[in-house]
Amino acid sequence: MKLKQLSLFLENRPGQLRAPLEALGRARIDLLTMTLADTAQFGILRLIVADPERARKVLQDDGMVVNVTEVVPIQVDNRPGGLAAVLASIEEAGLGVEYMYDFAARATPDRAVIIFRFEDPDRALVVLAAAGVRVLTSEELL
Amino acid sequence: MSAWNDPPGGFHPVSAPDYLPREQLRAVQLQRLQSVVARAYDHVALFRTRMDERGLTPASIASLGDIAQLSFTVKTDLRDTYPFGLFASPMEEIVRLHASSGTTGKPIVVAYTQADLDVWSEVMVRSFAACGVHRGDVVQNAYGYGLFTGGLGAHYGAEALGATVIPISGGNTERQLMVIQDFGVTAICCTPSYFLHLAESAKEMKIDFSKLRVGVFGAEPWSEAMRDRIQQDSGIKAHDIYGLSEIIGPGVGVECAAQHGVHIFEDHFYPEIIDPESGVVLRDGAEGELVLTTLSKQAMPMIRYRTRDITSIIPEACECGRTIRRISRINRRSDDMVIIRGVNVFPSQVETALLRVEGTLPHYQIVLTREKGLDQMEVKVEVTPEVFSDEIRKLETLQHHLESSVENILGLRVKVTLVGPRTLARSEGKAKRVTDLRNV
Repeated sequence: MKLKQLSLFLENRPGQLRAPLEALGRARIDLLTMTLADTAQFGILRLIVADPERARKVLQDDGMVVNVTEVVPIQVDNRPGGLAAVLASIEEAGLGVEYMYDFAARATPDRAVIIFRFEDPDRALVVLAAAGVRVLTSEELL
Repeated sequence: MSAWNDPPGGFHPVSAPDYLPREQLRAVQLQRLQSVVARAYDHVALFRTRMDERGLTPASIASLGDIAQLSFTVKTDLRDTYPFGLFASPMEEIVRLHASSGTTGKPIVVAYTQADLDVWSEVMVRSFAACGVHRGDVVQNAYGYGLFTGGLGAHYGAEALGATVIPISGGNTERQLMVIQDFGVTAICCTPSYFLHLAESAKEMKIDFSKLRVGVFGAEPWSEAMRDRIQQDSGIKAHDIYGLSEIIGPGVGVECAAQHGVHIFEDHFYPEIIDPESGVVLRDGAEGELVLTTLSKQAMPMIRYRTRDITSIIPEACECGRTIRRISRINRRSDDMVIIRGVNVFPSQVETALLRVEGTLPHYQIVLTREKGLDQMEVKVEVTPEVFSDEIRKLETLQHHLESSVENILGLRVKVTLVGPRTLARSEGKAKRVTDLRNV
């Protein structure tokens, strides 16, 4: 099942990260996970929140440029080599990964959740199911 | 049939001088030139002194070509004679004063008699008519009201035309959009950069712009690429209107439906193109600095005023049938020009380059610095929802596309920096395009 991820453009200067997070805080939107990709000049903040549609509106009303991207949450066994095993399946299936990051909020002693951004998320869902990789639903995560 | 039924659809009677046969127009120009030179000589010390120095009297003007004997007037002349030194009418006859914002020191002050205001309204009516604005149109005038000539100039012109005028003035974007939608605005007057800002905000706020048909945009240089973008995105016809306070305000010239060059209202403003270095008058078609002489101004005649605007007179007749000549689009001013590592750069060139890249809007600022004795040019460009990607790689590609597009046009290496939306100062009036931090 695909999840909606919000991406924001941030300039590389003080205060840029605080503004969107405060806006979400004021709107009482819970942040489930975030990751920051950065270059020398700018950064992209990627967020997964409980209510992405409302969050997008809150951020846009605050004058921010927001993108909604579909990502795929994948369950990984919480043991040495667990992620490598999943990556092997992805590689065999010939799926291109743009980026990935950890979804810490729903980790347990047995499993971890990794968010994947695939080139083609719809194809990824089909191929992953066939390869026996466990894709989580939003109900399981949010 | 009378002359003004000849063009398709006819035209506003006040537009008749737009279609005068050239010979007749030149006769009017000569007669008016002689009288304005006499007025300037008789009433303004600066003009009299300069003519005396050259051994000229008003009688020296026997033909239009004789204008080339007269001295140029430049902006510093207006500053040096601040506030009223160039007035040719006593205060009893002057009914209005305007002043420029004056970014450097004292503003410049301009004056109008009632007859001057009537001429101003007339050329504004002719401007609106040329843009296809008529009685029955609802005109939102978002030029600033006040000392700036834009607001009141457009206001009285639109009223004299018989259109319905909304004197909203500049600023307060949300109210502007509400009025456009709720009042069924069909034509708008403002700077092109402010219109872009309005159009963008309208998209975000889902404002209905569908009745808006015509934009009359002026007060800052803009490129053909920017016009294309406005017309495509907003579905309106975007006309360039030209003017400057020193001459009268908006309404010195305007684009007709052909949108190919600005027709100068030559029966009131006499245009010349000169070589900005030597001052020599250039033939039609050659590019140089536009020089204007007011042919009918009373309160403040302006003789051979150097506008600093770079353009050329288009020699061919316009398809619209007007006989008054056109100047090519002014998208640069000689004082807008910045020299970077010996290369002349105009902001409009940067604008054109940025607009060539899909999805970008011309919200940009040029920042000049000097590092280790070498000029550096940085172009800050705002990220819009259209171009934003959540992948670093794509944003970096965009950055490189923008850089090479600018480099292709300027022949100069530049650094493009993507900045957050709405971080560059938005103009409610004129956009500030260049920040020069070089200590030269």
